Amino acid sequence: MPDGMNIDYDGLIPNNVGLNADARVRKALETWHPGYIDWWKDMGPEGFQDSLVYLRTAIGVDPKGWAKFDYVKMPEYKWGILLAPAVPDRKIPFGKHKGEPVWQEVPGEYRAMLRRLITVQGDTEPASVEQQRHLGTTAPSLYDLRNLFQVNVEEGRHLWSMVYLLHKYFGTEGREEAEELLARRSGHQDTPRMLGAFNEATPDWLSFFMFTFFTDRDGKMQLEALAQSGFDPLSRTCRFMLTEEAHHMFVGDSGVQRVVERTVEAMQQAGITDAHDIAGVRKLGVIDLPTIQKKINLHFSLTLDLFGNEISTNAANAFNAGIKGRYREDKLEDDHQLLEATYPVLRHVGGDFITEDVPALSALNLRLRNDYVQDCNSGITRWNRVIEKAGIDFRLALPHVAFNRHIGEFAAIHTDIAGQIIDDAAWAKLQDHVLPNQGDADYITSLMVAVTEPGAFAGWIAAPRVGIDNKPGDFEYVQVVA
Amino acid sequence: MNALTKQHLIDPEVCIRCNTCEATCPVDAITHDDNNYVVDPGKCNFCMDCVAPCPTGSIDHWFHVPEPFPLAAQFSWMELPPKPAEPLASLMDNEAEALLEAAHTGAGGRVLAPPSAARPLVNIFNRTNPARATITGNFRVATGGSDTRHIILDFGSRNFPVLEGQSIGLVPPGFDAAGKPHTMRLYSVASPRDGERPNTNNLALTVKRVEGGVASNWLCNLKMGEMVEVIGPFGSTFLMPDAPDANILMICTGTGAAPFRGFTERRRRTAPLASGRLHLYFGARTPEELPYFGPLQKLPKTLLQQELVYSRLPDAPREYVQDRMRARAASLAALLRSETLHIYICGLKGLEDGVESALTDIAMDAGLNWPDIRETLRRSGRFHVETY
Repeated sequence: MPDGMNIDYDGLIPNNVGLNADARVRKALETWHPGYIDWWKDMGPEGFQDSLVYLRTAIGVDPKGWAKFDYVKMPEYKWGILLAPAVPDRKIPFGKHKGEPVWQEVPGEYRAMLRRLITVQGDTEPASVEQQRHLGTTAPSLYDLRNLFQVNVEEGRHLWSMVYLLHKYFGTEGREEAEELLARRSGHQDTPRMLGAFNEATPDWLSFFMFTFFTDRDGKMQLEALAQSGFDPLSRTCRFMLTEEAHHMFVGDSGVQRVVERTVEAMQQAGITDAHDIAGVRKLGVIDLPTIQKKINLHFSLTLDLFGNEISTNAANAFNAGIKGRYREDKLEDDHQLLEATYPVLRHVGGDFITEDVPALSALNLRLRNDYVQDCNSGITRWNRVIEKAGIDFRLALPHVAFNRHIGEFAAIHTDIAGQIIDDAAWAKLQDHVLPNQGDADYITSLMVAVTEPGAFAGWIAAPRVGIDNKPGDFEYVQVVA
Repeated sequence: MNALTKQHLIDPEVCIRCNTCEATCPVDAITHDDNNYVVDPGKCNFCMDCVAPCPTGSIDHWFHVPEPFPLAAQFSWMELPPKPAEPLASLMDNEAEALLEAAHTGAGGRVLAPPSAARPLVNIFNRTNPARATITGNFRVATGGSDTRHIILDFGSRNFPVLEGQSIGLVPPGFDAAGKPHTMRLYSVASPRDGERPNTNNLALTVKRVEGGVASNWLCNLKMGEMVEVIGPFGSTFLMPDAPDANILMICTGTGAAPFRGFTERRRRTAPLASGRLHLYFGARTPEELPYFGPLQKLPKTLLQQELVYSRLPDAPREYVQDRMRARAASLAALLRSETLHIYICGLKGLEDGVESALTDIAMDAGLNWPDIRETLRRSGRFHVETY
């Protein structure tokens, strides 16, 4: 039997890492547990802690039986520590240790680097739960409410996964980091979360869908890169998290698509063909396509900042050390060491964009970002199909990578969405037309009214094509307890 | 009959290209281009590994087609083509359906699969297109009484996906007295879904030699290396729950133990520490005649609570399964109160009445109503009978 297929489901913490036989780590996690539950109750979904939610719980790592659907009260969700099965005789797939057996313990020389990567990844998980905690009161349907909570509990489980690694492999420092993960707060003035996008508010459901589409997709890319790691426990942890992360992509991708569907449907019914007739479209109680485009502009640009500097020594070091690989490293065909290779980087030099070949090792952040942009485009293509099918002459698009950036090559300049460099004055005038403004926010907020009747949906969003777990349309995904 | 092929397809309108299926597929049957994720009909072996992890449900499409859609066609789709009509049941396998329906009548109404059971595949191989398997084991599993055998069928490179509790169809070679091919026999699979040992591509049967029996004598006489043609798999309700908190009460006699060997081994491999318990009531004439008596002795109580019951022990009164159940009334009454109880009865038809009356009395003494409980269990896919 592959190692780690057995799930111990009886203890306080379901796991397939042999916690029962590891008294030190078990005790550490059991000590951490009450603080986590307190955090969940304080900062988790507001107002629904007693409701019964039809949730998926991971109960195994074998694809044939890995998840179970049932009604659960969120604070009683089984937050397990699950690692994908070990790959026998796995070798470090890249960097200077390429071909050596993977590490089951932290190599001393990379301890600080690994701890930092795991802590940053861990910090994003509770942050998004905090950002989304008020959304439950305005959910457009019980279906969407359930999807929100599913995303939330799984982000919680991902926090557990990272905390397990910290406790198991990083001693006192790991324990301190684990405590800090519960102490920071998204958007807090004094103790904010570590990354910028995770301190932004998620004020409405369109933002939520955009966040899960764009920002969770960054999470997916980071997890894909860490899943390649030569530190095997991290690789196995991330591989299993990715199967859950796919659901988060789905919520964002299908969420925006349903908004677009409903908008074009209402436009067709009303005989509106001009997507820029914003006032006309808003009278129909749906979100006009230009506003959806503005939300894309905002969330895409904020998320690009999460990839860090295009040219980065840290990224080069992490790759060289065999700690963090490239997106789907195992599918790439090159020497996996990149000592001689170069990579083209779009740079801003002297008021102009130029493409410059730089050592591939230092351009790894950009490379991951490029893979990310391509991944985003696949969603945009599908949304545009809906618009095209409805015969409306409008296409959604990703803005230029230099647009509205605060980190990296383009932090110091302003551009329009096509990437034309503009001065401060022009930017001040342009902003309200390319990013959501107060009027847009007010309008969207006015649509955010909870719909709690099973099978019903708010007027600004279409019903999904398929239910969760193949449930029928009027299934009561959340039994709300007031 | 029309030769229809079953094809696995992905709905491009619902798929979000998350790559989970491609990463999960153990045989690399799933691939993608800039437009779509697609399934290679030449590689997909219907193992279903990709279905549960798919977040969208787009992966769960199965068409019966005269010719599989090639990859190039699938890459070009913006939506699925219209679904062809499902083939008539008569084209699938009404022989097996009829056998199973008769075997399941004891459940007392329409039966559903347990809610947490994995999705079974059925009717992949039929009489005109059977799977071929090699005999890689054939040995006695009871030392006394009639000849009861454990027979292992290996499928080589061909995938034959089964779940615990499913059956396969076998047709003895040759013709009957009227000169017609023999009818199909169904046998419960006695091994878990991933084979006799994890990730072996085989399955096991428990077969008792019946005097004059055409099929049982053929099977029990099979030698190592001989080939047999296999039809199926069949059965979409008598399946094992995957939920680790499921309490499973298994009641059987003789070769009726076959599916429960699969259940127990599955639990042992995937969740030996599960909170749900396995309870086995297993009747035979003597320990020597009880299939798998030896291996059963080695299983820990924490995995399987065993009640082995004998009706022909020298110097002891005859004891039947229902007698032992009455003697364990307190434990069974507690189980009847469990929200996660699943009951399975498998063996000779005569077993049903005794079990029914024992459970009726046990429930009554505990202030419960067995018919009500049975009905609740049946309606929620938690009461299963397969008797012959």
